[in-house]
Amino acid sequence: MPVPEPLYALTVHEAAELLARREVSSLELTRAVLDRIHQVDDRIRAFLTLCEDEALQQAREADGRLARDETSPLMGIPGAIKDVICTKGIRTTCGSRILDNFVPPFDAFVIERLKESGFVMVGKTNMDEFAMGSSGENSAFHPTHNPWDLERVPGGSSAGSAAAVASGEALFALGSDTGGSIRQPACLSGVVGFKPTYGRVSRFGLVAFGSSLDQIGPLTKGVRDAAIVLRCIAGHDPRDSTSAEVDVPEYEQSLVPDLRGLRLGVPREYFPEGMDQGVRDAMEAALRTMEDLGAEVDREVSLPSTPHALAVYYIIAPSEASANLARYDGVKYGFSHTEGQDMWDNMEKTRQFGFGDEVKRRIMLGTYALSAGYYDAYYLKAQKVRTLIRREFDAAFQSHDALVAPVSPTPAFKIGEKVDDPLQMYLSDVFTIPVNIAGLPAISVPCGFPGGLPVGFQVIGKPFDEATVLRVAYAYEQATEWHKRRPPL
Amino acid sequence: MTTASALEFETVIGMEVHAHLLTRSKMFCPCPLPSLDSPPNTDVCPICLGMPGVLPVINKRAVELTIMTGLALDCQIAEHARFDRKNYHYPDLMKGYQISEYDEPLCRNGRLEVEVDGGKRGIGVTRVHLEEDVAKLYHVTNPAGESYSLVDVNRSGVPLMEIVSEPDIRTPEEARAYLVELRRILRYIGASRANMEEGNMRCEPNVSVRPRGSSELGTKVELKNINSFRHVYDAIKFEVERQVGVLRSGGRIVQETRGWRPGTGEAVPQRSKEYANDYRYFPEPDLPPLAISRDWVEEIRSRMPELPAAKRERFQARYGLSPYDVNLLTESRARADFFEAAVALVAEERQRAKAVANWVNGDFAALLNAQNVEIEDAKVTPQHLSELIDLIEAGTITGAAAKAVFLETFAGGRAPREVVEERGLAQIIAGDEIASAVDRVVAANPKAVEDYRGGKQEAIKFLVGQVMRETRGRSDPNTARELLERKLGGAAS
Repeated sequence: MPVPEPLYALTVHEAAELLARREVSSLELTRAVLDRIHQVDDRIRAFLTLCEDEALQQAREADGRLARDETSPLMGIPGAIKDVICTKGIRTTCGSRILDNFVPPFDAFVIERLKESGFVMVGKTNMDEFAMGSSGENSAFHPTHNPWDLERVPGGSSAGSAAAVASGEALFALGSDTGGSIRQPACLSGVVGFKPTYGRVSRFGLVAFGSSLDQIGPLTKGVRDAAIVLRCIAGHDPRDSTSAEVDVPEYEQSLVPDLRGLRLGVPREYFPEGMDQGVRDAMEAALRTMEDLGAEVDREVSLPSTPHALAVYYIIAPSEASANLARYDGVKYGFSHTEGQDMWDNMEKTRQFGFGDEVKRRIMLGTYALSAGYYDAYYLKAQKVRTLIRREFDAAFQSHDALVAPVSPTPAFKIGEKVDDPLQMYLSDVFTIPVNIAGLPAISVPCGFPGGLPVGFQVIGKPFDEATVLRVAYAYEQATEWHKRRPPL
Repeated sequence: MTTASALEFETVIGMEVHAHLLTRSKMFCPCPLPSLDSPPNTDVCPICLGMPGVLPVINKRAVELTIMTGLALDCQIAEHARFDRKNYHYPDLMKGYQISEYDEPLCRNGRLEVEVDGGKRGIGVTRVHLEEDVAKLYHVTNPAGESYSLVDVNRSGVPLMEIVSEPDIRTPEEARAYLVELRRILRYIGASRANMEEGNMRCEPNVSVRPRGSSELGTKVELKNINSFRHVYDAIKFEVERQVGVLRSGGRIVQETRGWRPGTGEAVPQRSKEYANDYRYFPEPDLPPLAISRDWVEEIRSRMPELPAAKRERFQARYGLSPYDVNLLTESRARADFFEAAVALVAEERQRAKAVANWVNGDFAALLNAQNVEIEDAKVTPQHLSELIDLIEAGTITGAAAKAVFLETFAGGRAPREVVEERGLAQIIAGDEIASAVDRVVAANPKAVEDYRGGKQEAIKFLVGQVMRETRGRSDPNTARELLERKLGGAAS
């Protein structure tokens, strides 16, 4: 059987088969991906750090392990890592000037897992600073461009991860999702993005933004790949007290091409008046496909607290962030202002010059919300509404196996279009945020290209029921052709 | 109308005590606890350094020790406890927040009884909670005159328990007694080394004064930099006099923190509370709330040793010792255990108890103190002491000899009987006992007596030998010889 060209366009499972049959070596695959990066990344700008030498070394090691008949679904597969995940010996900037020179002395749990399985890390991907943003434009270094339209954003905050997978600069990538940061860029870039249940994947080594919301997950070219990568990185880690001791199923086994016997709910609040017509049409078509596949689709589900989710999120996430980002004071690591009058002056100026505007805005929001006299009105109330939102999801899951909703209210917008209007930017995540607030698993799947730009839907599941989420996404994907489209680069 | 200058004032003191817990690892990471001689920044890891991406994991042992402390202080143990983040910036605080417990502490509403001059008073314990310590800053000026600060992160993340009292303490003496008893309890239950000089127990008294009879609290001043019981007493005494002086002269007390300067004997303002932070506490999202099952609490209670107060009561009742003796004996659990082990080796323990107590509180304590040795590390065992007292009571050795034997056992750990034999100390028995043996020997050996009186010098050696035999070798031969010579009318010439 001839080896399909180009190699960089392969999915993870296609590449794994070729590697297993020795028709391709990891070194060849890795070189193809690195070549692709050299070919397109000056236009995409998905990466902050490339690890070519390390990648080639890891590829050789993987080839050695393959030669010894070691098997692992990610052995020798080139992937990219969002620069918010700590990688031993390789700088981890979080897209921020303040960590410009930070080289972690340890690997995140997910990196340990990926290394054990023999993956090849081609580089660290660009992101909105500290994962705060929905377009990638808040990176302190440079924006990332949408492979489908270079004048548009790829979404964020996992901007580089989404763009890299979409443009063939990695076979898969890891991102992090605090309010939609995996699903929204996956949606806008035309790839699959999966945020697992809070607690499914260890956060150890994930630089914290909103600790009660953050979750690592894969961005891939298809649903099967998402299942494969999740299976590799999921599981209990004693170093993360919020990581759950729940068994991790063989997700690939739940990938069946029909939806018979499943009852899917469509929450009304996710289809507001004046919604983008392209997105609405794509959603309607997707729901019909799901019905054709045997699912019962209930369009009468209501999650009435949904409109409050954005407000809740912009209290809780900045509150947690205001504490999480307090450690960046220039004393221990990272950027340090040293020309000040005294210690306090240096600490203040380190933060003043080290953080970008959006990060400072959120630190101020969080500091305010937690202040004496405001705590009850903001933080405490937000936690109460959070409980309400959770309960509404719980109730919906009493009678539905999963929920289906749009990911982003619009397709990708233009670079610069929303940078001066934080509120408009925040609204990009209005459909993804409730899922983080409730800690649920949700996958974003492409479902159309209105006007040539990708849009997607998300399947939201019960806590730790990633299997059903994957099944719905997979059956839909296999019944459609969207996932086979590649951007014209 | 009464004026301030004519008023009698009452002192009101609340005590905040921080103690390092005796765990194997730090509060939230696997690092070992630093020892006093750990080189700076060696007992550290990414977690206690507060690096990006790290997460805390609760040290279960620290929670247990805090619960045990709560039980020892008669507290209610929470069914649900939670850690919070206390936010403030300082270079000794690695994460920019301290993980502590704010409104759901592990233990509340306890009580500690203190005794001053024979009078007992209960001091309320508001709460006991768990947190992590911060790094240590060293402010340095180099020979070139530049001053800067160095950070030693070893202490960062060491489990720290805070014990907050109600403002129930009324005198510097009570404050000291509270701390002494608290320290004793913490050491008894193995919660902390609780050594103020080493910095693993720190106290911050909140001192205020008010007109006697008033029920309102005056403005409080927090005292810091206190690292011995003596300082506690002196600093409070100073502060009370200062506050009374200010009020008498028509002034007002400013709420502030003052640092004790033992050199000058003054507490000087450190920072005003107006500058005090809004700590913006909120629940630590990295740590799920703790559910404290009653079974666990009971299991911890079952492992709790006898506490000092109960031990004191029991010692007094069982051994009939004076409160003074008992207080000294129960100063540490190890000392009390030693005492009981030594007493238990004889049948008539009540009679023996006083003798053991005298040794333990007297010579033994003095030697331990002088050589800075802990009783549990001493070479003297309860068996040794018991044996020594046996030797004294059997008249085998004199009190003076016993002191010498004890010294030897203390130094080398050899059994007293062995020391007595080897050093020939058993020879030393009381003179009148030798004298009666001399009488018997003289009466029983007329031939030798005659020989001696007849000028036969060697005969005296035989008689001395007989005295030695008669006393089973416990006589001093010189004494025996002198007594024989005196008895037989002087040396033959």
